[in-house]
Amino acid sequence: MGAPAIELKNITKTFGQIVANKDVCLTVNKGEILSVLGENGSGKTTLMNMISGIYYPDHGHIYIDGQEVLIRSPKDAFKYKIGMIHQHFKLVDVFSATENIVLGLKDEKNFSLKDSEKKIREITAQYGFELEPSKKIHEMSVSEKQTVEIIKVLYRGADILILDEPTAVLTPQETKKLFAVLRNMRDSGKAIIIITHKLHEVLSLSDRVSVLRKGEYIGTVNTAETNESELTEMMVGKKIELNIERTKVEETPDRLEIRNISCINREGVTLLNNVSFTARAGEILGIAGIAGSGQRELLESIAGLQKLNEGEILYHNPSTGYTENLRDKSPVKIKELGVRLSFVPEDRLGMGLVGNMDIIDNMLLRSYKKGKSAFLNRKNPKDLANKIIEDLEVVTPSAKTPVRRLSGGNVQKVLVGREIAASPTVLMVAYPVRGLDINSSYLIYNLLNKQKESGVAVIFVGEDLDVLIELCDRIMVINSGKITGIVDAETATKEEIGLLMTRNDGGESNE
Amino acid sequence: MSKPAVKNHEPLFHVVKRPAIPTWQSLLIRAGAILAALIVAGLVTFFLTGLNPIDVYSTMIDGAIGTEKRIWNLLQGIALLLCVSLAVTPAFKMKFWNIGAEGQALMGGLAAALCMILLSDKLSPALLILVMFITSVVSGAVWALIPAIFKAKWNTNETLFTLMMNYIAIQIVSCFSFKYSVPKGSGSIGIINSISKAGWFPSVFDQKYFLNILIVVILTVLLYVYLKHSKHGYEIAVVGESENTAKYIGINVKKVIIRTMILSGALCGIAGLLMVAGTDHTIATDTVGGRGFTAIMVSWLAKFNPIMMFLTSFLLVFFEKGAIAISSEFDLNNSFSDIITGIIIFFIIGSEFFINYSIKFREKEEKRK
Repeated sequence: MGAPAIELKNITKTFGQIVANKDVCLTVNKGEILSVLGENGSGKTTLMNMISGIYYPDHGHIYIDGQEVLIRSPKDAFKYKIGMIHQHFKLVDVFSATENIVLGLKDEKNFSLKDSEKKIREITAQYGFELEPSKKIHEMSVSEKQTVEIIKVLYRGADILILDEPTAVLTPQETKKLFAVLRNMRDSGKAIIIITHKLHEVLSLSDRVSVLRKGEYIGTVNTAETNESELTEMMVGKKIELNIERTKVEETPDRLEIRNISCINREGVTLLNNVSFTARAGEILGIAGIAGSGQRELLESIAGLQKLNEGEILYHNPSTGYTENLRDKSPVKIKELGVRLSFVPEDRLGMGLVGNMDIIDNMLLRSYKKGKSAFLNRKNPKDLANKIIEDLEVVTPSAKTPVRRLSGGNVQKVLVGREIAASPTVLMVAYPVRGLDINSSYLIYNLLNKQKESGVAVIFVGEDLDVLIELCDRIMVINSGKITGIVDAETATKEEIGLLMTRNDGGESNE
Repeated sequence: MSKPAVKNHEPLFHVVKRPAIPTWQSLLIRAGAILAALIVAGLVTFFLTGLNPIDVYSTMIDGAIGTEKRIWNLLQGIALLLCVSLAVTPAFKMKFWNIGAEGQALMGGLAAALCMILLSDKLSPALLILVMFITSVVSGAVWALIPAIFKAKWNTNETLFTLMMNYIAIQIVSCFSFKYSVPKGSGSIGIINSISKAGWFPSVFDQKYFLNILIVVILTVLLYVYLKHSKHGYEIAVVGESENTAKYIGINVKKVIIRTMILSGALCGIAGLLMVAGTDHTIATDTVGGRGFTAIMVSWLAKFNPIMMFLTSFLLVFFEKGAIAISSEFDLNNSFSDIITGIIIFFIIGSEFFINYSIKFREKEEKRK
């Protein structure tokens, strides 16, 4: 471990009345991997954005190699050899890896793509990346794109690398490879900062961990001297149990039967490819897969928002005993058939809720059509809003607060609360804990479990394999619109699911 | 590495988002903006013309509300502008950028004028006004319906479409102006039915504009209730905020777009009726007089709240009337009133920035340590 590469002292940043960072101090040494751990909304990304010149701090000092510096723009950050790899990649799709990496560089004399490619090959060999520099970005997997982003900053000579949630989009196998590369970089003297909220990654990768909570700096510990429960306590501020109970429901009749559905979009891309499965009442069916593998289209076609090219969606109505085909029916039609379907979409404020409306008016979304009057009845929605605020402990000034002002966890509680209040027989949830703190996440898991126990068929699209394995009864894996396997969650392993997630990946294997 | 001189230069200021501020504070900022606008406009007046700003302003106020007649004229001006503003509001709330209010109102006015010309000797006065009302509403609605259908069916750009419809409307009106011009070939229609006054709105309490004002007051209240408390209004808000959410809860988005644009166009048609039957008693290409565009500003500044729109249209009409008064009183060029109005509007719109953001200046070196 070397001398400090970068030091932050008393950094404060506010956005309006929200204090994103308050007196944060942080040191990263050369040849070290530092994890910055914290729940969503604890100010990790804001802090890193100040190091990389996207935001400018209100107060505080930044030192690089012991010298105080001012970083006012990404250009300044580049000058101080700081490179950030964002969660969302910033690459030109139709360019090759090499072209993307050299894009925007000005100061090279006798520039030639060949020389650059050679230099890129040197970098990949040095640290153990796997990348073909001439490959076009649009032909790449997510993990390859991430590799391009990392090489981009290394090519520019970065000595301090910041990675914002780098494993969020990777499979377990890809994560392992990334970690190996990061260790190589550490050993060659780079200072690396990883932003994450996944505890096991912190423990397996980093040398030291700095914890933030609600914008405040809590402390730094050596990874070797800590454990999961201590870190959780630092992160959340109190001890909590991290167990999900999985109960078995005796009777699990088939509720929703999907038969050979296929969906091709206007551009001719196959989004769903001959998908068949059954969702049973009293069961949580997990859906695992790399983001964008067709999860969204699958749920939307069941909800009546996506036109299908082939197949059937059969609903076995428990109260009438009839079977209805829901294919290509509008959400209103589906409701009229007596199908009690609730849907918590991935895009909460863009689809499930209206950000600028208050909680009461968001409750109205599901019920406003009731009755013959031309005017709205806000009485029942108001009662429902207050009930949800109380039952789910939604933190809000009042039921009349616009939903977009609430934190991510509270927004999700409002949405899930509304959807459950409709007493569904089928409940579909997409990434319901994305962006939620640990307490809220477990509250949501409990709610889903209760729904399952009361005989609801729950379909849960998730990204954290550990949670899927703990919570679900069966896990279905989707890969490029195709179902590659349905496994029993009690016996499945992460590696097994990870393999299914990438298998047959358009001929382009990542192994 | 770069020159060390750059190193310790903190930027002079940076912009910081404000927390939500209480209403009184935002009103204070707006009032401050108007005050600042008056000072700047006063300075501009002084340096350009050498006139005493206080005199200029008192003339302005006098010009707008100096006599009872002027007050009625002011209210009438507000009524016409507000009516067009009400018309565009449902569309804007739906994020359908209807900038074709000018043309829609013109078509409504044209329909009323044609009824006055062609039917005055065939129908009783009351029936004539009823027919005028219906034809105006339908013409305005049709003019708005055309771009709405194209938007709903083929997702065409409504901004360009409604804009181009304005020019078509202007050409149609100028075509009819020739056909029915008095005297023949002059190209202008002149006052219609100036003797029989058929199709003219009657005076109430000796005020010829009373009916206009009353109609707009009623429309304002109705539209407020419609947008805020009706199911239709709720659907408009949801479609405007997020089309995905609308589809998710099963709103037929195309239907809402078409229905709302019919409403928007119909209100424009009524505005055209008020301008022809209640005000000018003739039709010309400039009958609407740019109100279709000013209305956009009225609606936006009031954040699409019909009640607040009364205040914003008051502000604009007041300054417009006042500016005209100073132009004639001090024998200034007509453009001068535009300059004053422009300065004032600039400050009012600019104040919105300071309601959402504040500016932080570099702290002094000693204070930082």
